[in-house]
Formats: sequence, structure tokens, C-alpha cells
Amino acid sequence: MNEILTFITLALDATLRVATPLILAALAGLFSERSGIVDIGLEGKMLVGAFAAAAVSYWTGSAWLGLGAAILASIAFALLHGLACITYQGNQVVSGVAINILASGLTTILGLAWFHQGGSTPPLVGAQRFGEITLPAAEASKSIPILGDFYANVLSGHNILVYIALLLVPFCAWVLYKTRFGLRIRAVGENPKAVDTAGVSVTFLRYRAVIIAGVLCGIAGAYLSTAQNAQFIRDMTAGQGFMALAALIFAKWRPWPILAAALLFGFLDALAIRMQGVSLPLIGQVPVQLIESLPYILTVVLLAGFIGKALPPKALGLPYLKEQR
Amino acid sequence: MKASTAERWLSLFILPSLNLLTAFFFTALILIITNVDPIEAAKYMVQGAFGSQEGWGYTLYYTTNFIFTGLAVAIAFHAGLFNIGGEGQAYIGGLGVTLVALGLSPYLPALIVIPLSILAGALFGAAWAAIPGYLQAYRDSHIVITTIMFNFIAASLMVYLLVNVFAVPGEMTPASRSFPDEIKLWQWHEFVGFFGLSFDSSPLNISLLLALLCCYGVWFLLWKTRWGYEIRTVGANPEAAIYAGINPRKIWMLSMLLGGALAGLVSVNELLGVQHRLVLGFNAGYGFAGIAVALMGRNHPIGIMLAALLFGALYQGGAELAFEMPNVTRDMVIVIQGLIILFSGAMEFMYRPLVRRVLWRWVREGV
Repeated sequence: MNEILTFITLALDATLRVATPLILAALAGLFSERSGIVDIGLEGKMLVGAFAAAAVSYWTGSAWLGLGAAILASIAFALLHGLACITYQGNQVVSGVAINILASGLTTILGLAWFHQGGSTPPLVGAQRFGEITLPAAEASKSIPILGDFYANVLSGHNILVYIALLLVPFCAWVLYKTRFGLRIRAVGENPKAVDTAGVSVTFLRYRAVIIAGVLCGIAGAYLSTAQNAQFIRDMTAGQGFMALAALIFAKWRPWPILAAALLFGFLDALAIRMQGVSLPLIGQVPVQLIESLPYILTVVLLAGFIGKALPPKALGLPYLKEQR
Repeated sequence: MKASTAERWLSLFILPSLNLLTAFFFTALILIITNVDPIEAAKYMVQGAFGSQEGWGYTLYYTTNFIFTGLAVAIAFHAGLFNIGGEGQAYIGGLGVTLVALGLSPYLPALIVIPLSILAGALFGAAWAAIPGYLQAYRDSHIVITTIMFNFIAASLMVYLLVNVFAVPGEMTPASRSFPDEIKLWQWHEFVGFFGLSFDSSPLNISLLLALLCCYGVWFLLWKTRWGYEIRTVGANPEAAIYAGINPRKIWMLSMLLGGALAGLVSVNELLGVQHRLVLGFNAGYGFAGIAVALMGRNHPIGIMLAALLFGALYQGGAELAFEMPNVTRDMVIVIQGLIILFSGAMEFMYRPLVRRVLWRWVREGV
């Protein structure tokens, strides 16, 4: 019994760690896509964020400065995406693909030129990383069965970015549903013409949405290289941007379900690591690769309408031309 | 110059060249930031890609892959679909090639196994594209998202198969056992040697001819057949197509199946032509590069051939560059690829207003 509890505790703990970048990147995608801009480039923006964070925190010795650099670098790529999609009315998917490829090549080249370590940054130590935080009264609550144990071992002991990600979920929900800005973002993704007619700039709204996506992807990237890991490694996002995109779709473009989807995908990932070589009664050994690809399979099944229906924002992917009727 | 001619020149020649130059300009900037002389780098790349028979061999070997994936993207594009699943389709195509090459070779002569193996590569690629195609056509799921997801599912599936099914006991590399010696495509130097010519040894093999044949086939299909007409009509306006009695769903399926088959043929060049066994990640990057190739080539087989040659040269030249200049890696090519997709794809309209204004002035003055 105790063994199972420990297993669950450890799995949940790992789930939170894995889910954090997914939550952040999926929230980024939420703002972008709710405003009508497809964001395939989550992966690339996270990657440049991760690289900038590791490089700057290595040079300055401050993880916080690294975080700032990550956000700036990611915003720069977000603006590039905005320029292509909003100003030049280009194909948003093509732009996203370009950003991912560009990020992958650029981070490796610059990493190699600056650090000479095969595209990685040197290992980060001490204040160059975000350390673990013990929540108040975590030690004391350990003695309380289950709840206290959950508080002390699952909720406590993460770095600050994990908590920021968790707090951003209600915050983003509030912005999107309770503020005028959020209302307009949602409106511009459904019917930009109406927003334009109301005298609100579609272009400026979409640029702001894209920049918010940049900020959030930057935090996600900084988490990868300066909190979860202690250095930048080439292509370290390894599909997590696409996993976040899957979580966004799985959550049907809504903030709270994003948290649930990210946690589910994180849990599957944590499970895949724990299940390596483990044989289950009756089923036998479950292929790790199957568990790993479950988020993608689930998303496809959802999109096919077999489990509910995911309806994207109506104007998603369509460039807005003022003159067009 | 007539206005329509000017417009054609604009979209087929002037704009792509300007976009390409912009991409190269930013590449040069990045090289300068990393303390590399861009002109010297360009010399090494051109020399590496075209300076020797071996260089040409490698360039054309990469070109072969890019033709396949470029056509795969283009044919779906003509039907109005964006197939970014070339990566997965090429990978699963390799499964088909391997199953037939390893499974049938003990029972049948190579002359039968090789064509069957090529066919299997195409069929497996088509099958992997069929599912996103079906979901797009009949279940309204978005092709871009499903093909992305299918790339990842394919990658996981192939890792599983390579580790658990095809792995050779006692070997650490995740690869299948080698195909029998006779199950391989003619290398180019053997092929031209047959006609009494000589060519340095390189990975180039007769898949290049298959790729060129596919170019002709795609051109013929799109512009000379009823299917092609229907594909282009659906791509231009699905609703008008319905009024014209065309079923867009069937056309979407058709173009995805053909695209998947073409992407699957990458595995023919890679596995039957060069590796002679199934290896992990042999598809790496070709599927995505196909997007750039199709965009640059304006989705036309001739354009795709030229764009594929450019990319082949970039890949081979990039390898040579990495060898000559230790500060540069092949990742430089990935950057160029990203910039090309950005400028000739996403920002293709950037120069249009400006260039059009200049061009119209010429036209009006009757140059």
C-alpha cells in the first residue's frame, strides 16, 4: 500500500515538473490562436527562450536576468511571426514552420560560436538556476496522511516558475473572460470584421496577442534550461511545443482545460519514464513509445470528433484584409 | 512588355529571386556575427557542391530526396491542403521498403523484390497520409495539426519497431539487419559505367531517375488529366468545384494519397539506394525541407527540380563548409532553410507592392 502511495506521489511530483512548460506554452498558444493567429512556432520560441536564458544567466550569474533575456528573445521571434502573418498577411503555418526551423539552426550555431561545446551551454550552477522552494509548513504537514503528504511532497519543493505557471492559469482565464482586452481578443479571433467596424484595430490587437505568446513561450523556455535542467542542449524542446499545441487543442482553446490537458500529458510522460521495463499483470509490458505518443493520438481522436468536438476560433489562420468584404 | 507577361515574370522569377537574396543576406549577417567570412563560406559551399564529380554526386543524391518531398507538399497544395507530414510519411515508407526487402528476398529474385519494395515504400507512405487525409475530408479535422501529430506518432512507432522488432541481437545501434547484397539500387557510377562512362563513387543512385520520372508524372497528372484539373479546381475554390460536379472529399483523399506515396519514396533513395537497412531517423529533415522546396518552386515540377537542386547543393555544400571551417556546422544549412521558408513562404508578399509599382511604370512606358 505504502509502495503504491510513494509511486503515486513521485509520479504526481514528476507530472508537475513536466507539465509546467506545457502549461506555459499552451497558454501562449491560447492568446495567439484566440486572436486568430495560428501558432505552430511555439516550439521555436521556447527553444530560443531556453537558449537565451541559459546564455545570459551563465554570463551574468542571475537566473532572473536569464528569464528576462528569454522573454525578449522569444518576443523577437513572436514579432517576426506577427510581421509575416499580420502585416504581410502571409501563410501562418508556413511562418510557424520557418520559425521552428530557424530557431533550431540559430540556437545551435550561436551556441557553438559562443561556447564551443557542440551547441550546448556550459552547466549552470547556484544562482544561475532557479532553485527549489519549500512551501511554508511543508515539513510539519508531512505527518498528516495523504493530504499533508501531497502538500509536502507534490506541491512543495518546486522552483518558482512552476508556481508562476500554475498561477498564470487563473490569471489568463481572468484576462480572457473578464477584461475588455480579453473580450476583444476573443472577438478578433471569431470575427475581425466586427471588431474593425467597432473602431478597434485588428492589427494592434493581434500584435499584442502574439507578443503575449512570446512572453509566455520565453518563460517556458527559461524553465527548460535554467530550472528543469541546468544548461541548454541543442533541440532541447524535443517536441514539447507541439505537445503544448496538442494540449491547447485538447483543451478546446480554453484556459482551465489547458491546465488539465497539460497535467494529463505530463502524467503520461512521467508514467512513460516510470514504466520503462515494468511488466504489468495481465497486460504485460506496455511499450513506452505508445504511452509517449498517447497525447498525439488522443488529440487526433479528439479532432476527428470521436470524443467531443474541438471547434477552433472561426477566423483562425485567416489574414485580415481591411478592404475585403 | 505586356501587363500579363510582366505579372508572370513578377511572380515566377523576380519575387522568388528577391526573397532568396533576402534569405542569403540574413544568412551572411549571421555568419558575420559568428566571425565567419560569408564570401569565403559561399566559395566553400559552391566548391563543395559542384566542384567535383563526388560533390555533384552528393548534391544530386540529396536533390533526389528533396524532389520527392517537394512534390509531396506541392500536390497537396494544389488541392488546397497543407501536408506537413512528409517527415512521417517518408519514415513509414521506409517500413514498407524494409518489410518487403527483408521478407520477400529469400523467396523471390531481386529483379522482382526491388520493384515490389519500391511499391511498398510508396504504399506505406500513402497509407500514413491517408489517415490525416480521411480525417480532413470526412471528419473535418485540420490537416496541418493531424499531419504534425502523425509525424510524432510515426517517430514513436519506428523507435518501437527498431528497438523491439528489427533490432539485431547483440548490436547496439537501433537498425534492422542489412538487406541481402542483391537488394540494392544501381549506384550512379555503376549505371553510367554500363554505358561506358565513368563517374566518381557517391551515394547517388538511380532513384534520381525515379524522382525525375515523378516530376514528369506530377506535371502530366496536374495539367494534362481530368484528375489534375479536378485537384486544381478544388484547390482554387472547393465550393465552385462542388457546383462543377467534383467531390472535394475524394480529391483531398487522392492528393494526400499521392503526396504520401511520393514522400514514401524518400525511403527508396535512402534505404534501397544508400543505407541498405532500416536505420533510425533516416528521414530527418527531408519532410520539412520539402515545404521550402515546394514554396520556392512555386509548386510546379520544374520549379521543384530547381529548388531541390538548390537545397541539394546547400546540404552538400554545407557539409563541405563544416569540414573546411570548424566554426561552422551543417546547422548553418538549417538556418538558411528556415530563412528561405520565411521569406519565400510566409513573407512572399513583402516585396510585391514595391516591385509591382516599378514594373507597372516600365509597362506603361512600353519598355
